Amino acid sequence: MSEAARKIRLHCTINGLDKTLETYPMARLLDVLRQQVGLTGTKEGCGEGECGACSIEMDGELVNSCLVPALQADGATIRTIEGVAVCGQLTALQQAFLTYGGAQCGICTPGMVLAAMNLLARTPEPTERDIREGLAGNLCRCTGYTKIFQSILEACRSMRPRA
Amino acid sequence: MRYNRTQSNGCYVSSMENHQIGKSVPRKEGRAKVTGSARYVDDLTFPEMLYGVTVRSSVARGKILDLHFADGIPWNEFTIVTARDIPGKNCIALLIEDQPCLADQQINHPEEAVVLLAHPDKYLLEAARQAVRIEIDPLPAIFTIEDSLLQKQIIWGQDNIFKAYHIEKGDVAASWAAADFIVEGEYETGAQEQLYIEPQGMIAQADPKNGVTVWGSLQCPYYVHKALVRLFDFPKEKIRVVQTETGGGFGGKEEYPSMLAGHAALLALKSGKPVKMIYDRAEDMAATTKRHPSRTRHRTAVTRDGKLLAMDIDFSLDGGAYETLSPVVLSRGTIHAAGPYDCPNVRVRSRAVATNSPPHGAFRGFGAPQSVFAIERHLDRVAEVVGIAPEELRRRNFVREGQALSFGQMVHEKVEMSGMLDRALHLSGYHVKRARFSQQNPSAAIKRGIGFAAFLHGAGFTGSGEEYLASEALLTATRDGKVHVLAGSTEMGQGTNTVFAQIAAEALGLDCDQVEITQPDTSLVPNSGPTVASRTTMIVGKLVETAALAIKAMLLQSGFLKADYDAREFANACRQYLDQFGELQSLAKYQHPTDLHWDDANYQGDAYGAYAWAVYVAEVSVDTRTGEVHVEDFVAVQEVGKVINPVLAAGQIEGGVAQGIGFALYENVVWREGQMINGQMTNYIMPTSMDVPPIRVFFEELPYSRGPAGAKGIGELPLDGTAPAIANAIAHATGTDIRQIPITPEVLLEMLESAHV
Amino acid sequence: MRSNVPAYEMYAPATLSQALQRMAQEPRVWKAFAGGTDLMVLLEAGKLQHRKFLSIWKLPELRGIEVTHSHITLGSLTTYSDVRRQELLAREFPLLCRAASETGSLATQNRGTIGGNIANASPAADFPPALLVYDAQLELVSDSGVRWVSCGNFWKAYKQIDLRDDELIRGIRLPRQKNDWIPLYRKVGARRAQAISKVCFAAAARMEAGVIFDLRIALGSVAPTVLRAIRTESVLRGNKPNVALVRAAQETLAKEIAPIDDIRSTARYRLRIAQNLLAEFCERLAG
Repeated sequence: MSEAARKIRLHCTINGLDKTLETYPMARLLDVLRQQVGLTGTKEGCGEGECGACSIEMDGELVNSCLVPALQADGATIRTIEGVAVCGQLTALQQAFLTYGGAQCGICTPGMVLAAMNLLARTPEPTERDIREGLAGNLCRCTGYTKIFQSILEACRSMRPRA
Repeated sequence: MRYNRTQSNGCYVSSMENHQIGKSVPRKEGRAKVTGSARYVDDLTFPEMLYGVTVRSSVARGKILDLHFADGIPWNEFTIVTARDIPGKNCIALLIEDQPCLADQQINHPEEAVVLLAHPDKYLLEAARQAVRIEIDPLPAIFTIEDSLLQKQIIWGQDNIFKAYHIEKGDVAASWAAADFIVEGEYETGAQEQLYIEPQGMIAQADPKNGVTVWGSLQCPYYVHKALVRLFDFPKEKIRVVQTETGGGFGGKEEYPSMLAGHAALLALKSGKPVKMIYDRAEDMAATTKRHPSRTRHRTAVTRDGKLLAMDIDFSLDGGAYETLSPVVLSRGTIHAAGPYDCPNVRVRSRAVATNSPPHGAFRGFGAPQSVFAIERHLDRVAEVVGIAPEELRRRNFVREGQALSFGQMVHEKVEMSGMLDRALHLSGYHVKRARFSQQNPSAAIKRGIGFAAFLHGAGFTGSGEEYLASEALLTATRDGKVHVLAGSTEMGQGTNTVFAQIAAEALGLDCDQVEITQPDTSLVPNSGPTVASRTTMIVGKLVETAALAIKAMLLQSGFLKADYDAREFANACRQYLDQFGELQSLAKYQHPTDLHWDDANYQGDAYGAYAWAVYVAEVSVDTRTGEVHVEDFVAVQEVGKVINPVLAAGQIEGGVAQGIGFALYENVVWREGQMINGQMTNYIMPTSMDVPPIRVFFEELPYSRGPAGAKGIGELPLDGTAPAIANAIAHATGTDIRQIPITPEVLLEMLESAHV
Repeated sequence: MRSNVPAYEMYAPATLSQALQRMAQEPRVWKAFAGGTDLMVLLEAGKLQHRKFLSIWKLPELRGIEVTHSHITLGSLTTYSDVRRQELLAREFPLLCRAASETGSLATQNRGTIGGNIANASPAADFPPALLVYDAQLELVSDSGVRWVSCGNFWKAYKQIDLRDDELIRGIRLPRQKNDWIPLYRKVGARRAQAISKVCFAAAARMEAGVIFDLRIALGSVAPTVLRAIRTESVLRGNKPNVALVRAAQETLAKEIAPIDDIRSTARYRLRIAQNLLAEFCERLAG
């Protein structure tokens, strides 16, 4: 069987846009996003689902895209870091990361922002403990996490409706 | 916004409040990072690009007999490179040229690169890699400092010793007789993997006519440049190195990228196509550099009043199979070995030795974390023997202004280590906790402890190193009033881009938005020296400041600019100046302070232009049922000259402390026959968000007259004091005599049990 | 990526019966692929030897939770996140929720399935010890029928399971009897999150008048399979916990488990921890 015959066609929605892609069924979703769709914001740090740099939102849940085979993304709604800011307008979370030093080298930042967004969607007023647990799957080597926690807390504060 | 500045003696003095310095200006490239649009090397593709991989030895030492290429792979489609394809010298030029780019006849460490392959299909390429067999006739290998010193095999040079140093102060031999107590101890630190989240990567393009260009994740574009010149035997102008957005370095991308760049460029030259080589995590961990493992022996003479009479220190580093940077790592470790103390008699004998493991290399701290762990753990033990509190022992021995450090450098600043110690102990609640824990621990399964470390870290290159580097920075101004900073210093998360912009903006009376940092590209930027050694803000930032002030002076002198100006007037002046003179730029060259004297032969004198001083306090809990240690709270107090950007500076300390926590507790490299066998993020353990304590950072500022706006270097400092503070805290919690890191639960539980017996 | 990805086939049958038919028609050719959190790691490392996979991830017959008055049955595709979200499980099977929250990270909990974990048969798995404590039974289905296997008999030897080539795990059934038992779940790993366990200890006991009326103790990472410490249980069963009893139980435990040295830890450490956690459990029972 020729290798081209082994490719499959999948349909999914990525950052609000419908996409049809031809790819190998067990290609990593991470590679499909980065190489075929050209969305390089999602990063590879370890290839084993440990560092979270490849975190995306798939059907509303945080997943490590390096562990998702392309076939299982068929029919999925996917959001990557490129789909977070709306028309170039940073979200409060992204702005907080900028203001409070949540990003240093930036390689963990896309996954970290997705993880933080997912946390805030589940727990809109997280405690520091909630944040630590919510980010435990995203490794950062630069910040020691301190300013990431602070960025998220400040983002929550800025999003609170004023009295 | 209007400014008024005065200048005197070449030192920057502000007559008004700083507008940029001391402000937490948001990271210049931050927006790209939080939106995912920052481009790291693996995000780039080139037309017709091939992928490259490396075939490596799995044997630690031996003679290469043959290469076998298995059937079933269409080898004619592949570009295959061996040592024969190297146009210049088969070496990665660094301090010396002992390390081959590709092993030719001899293997000296596992993972040594032998064959390179390139192909457009990544998947087929991987299958091809697995189809190459290197036939090796093994030779006996050595893997420990002990075996190397015993010369069980001679694997490098005449005696396995890359470098040795000897510091001698006073008369150590005569001091033992006068001692009331003599305390000995041996301390060990393990290898540590830098574990930047972005693995190493390069893209290269090469042809005989145009030369070589590489783009990649790197800290030192001119190190790579020098290595490629030697490897290809091309003239300097035909080698171009460009730094892409770099996802962490920590020293791990100081020297290693030269090797990877050489590999990618050789494949590019032979194939005639661009070649991308990205390491996966397993390869990166196994094949690239780590922190040098160390062994330190202390012998200390002390009076019953706790005054240090003599320190005899023996310090050894495992350098791996080739010299790479070991002499410099050894140098820093040696100079920092006796700490911030006034001791009349000091001997430090040190050496870096060869073993058959992949060469060890730069990692934040660069020798000092190793020797500082030893002395700070040792002094807590000395205090115990003398019968005084560990903080009291430090107080009685801290060096003060007007006294000399162990290698003879006089302290010329008003630093008050005792004051910092008091402050750190107060902020951490040390005394109350020390007493409370001691009282509660006997009946608790989870014991608590609090401990500290006092230390200093020299910024910049040692001795005449900065003079030798002869760093430069170039500033140019354009018609629209924008100022461009061109320097070889690289941003890798530590904040270089932003700090340079702040320094330049402050000097010129502009906003940071008006300053652009040019992407480091050796065809554009001058050599500012490597981005290492806590030197970038202090040394290169000073050059940026100097060049900025020079541009301002040129504009003022021309008459196009008045003493009081705003941004618009500045832009007008630039335009007019350029209209008239055609170019508006200033190149600042490093000037070595004439009052700094270093005697390299005797290893005496002014080792560094400036030191950051610090006291760190760690509070830990120890689960005696499992040996698990958790850091509960951490206080970091340091004197750093001037904090240019508070958020960035605190970020450096916090991140460094987290790495130090890993160094102390979690990061264990498991070796088998010179090979790291736990090279996965699942098995090499760095701290997660659940493992770090609140890290509370406090700065003190005694402006350093030669630093930009008074700043000193701080990047490496936190790696020195974190591990010993934790070790001392564990010793307090459990009464165990910690002598090595990482303090894994396996080791600690063993110690706890034998203490019980 | 160290595998030749184009050489791998995967397709997603639309129904469970289609999947089972395919597996019956082509025995050993197709393997089930659930959330992929184990298999994709092997693929990345170049260690996924099997080449043809049936993606069962979306099969509705394998999802959901069935509640009767006597049992709770979890579909084999129940993810760890699903477990954590179930209040009923938190109330009646707290060890399951603890185990689920200590497995991997949130992202892997969203994709990792308990069926996949059971079939993967890692000796270091965090969830199976909890299943052993709760006397879980596995529903195994094939094209030719259904059979039930108790969890304790499922993991036979290292990576060897009582699952035929044409079978899938459909459900995990838990008898609802232990909600008043005193639980202890402790996973000891190298750090507080995302750690492969060095020792996993799951236990629950029913106390009556200070006597251990009945109990279950299960461990992971101390033997070629996860296991129930049956002999250790018998030492404790029917007795009041005291120092001598605990010591006797610890000695029995040492004979019942077989920890090893590996890249993560040592046999000696694992044995000590297992014994210390056993003591901690008994202390909890003694009140």
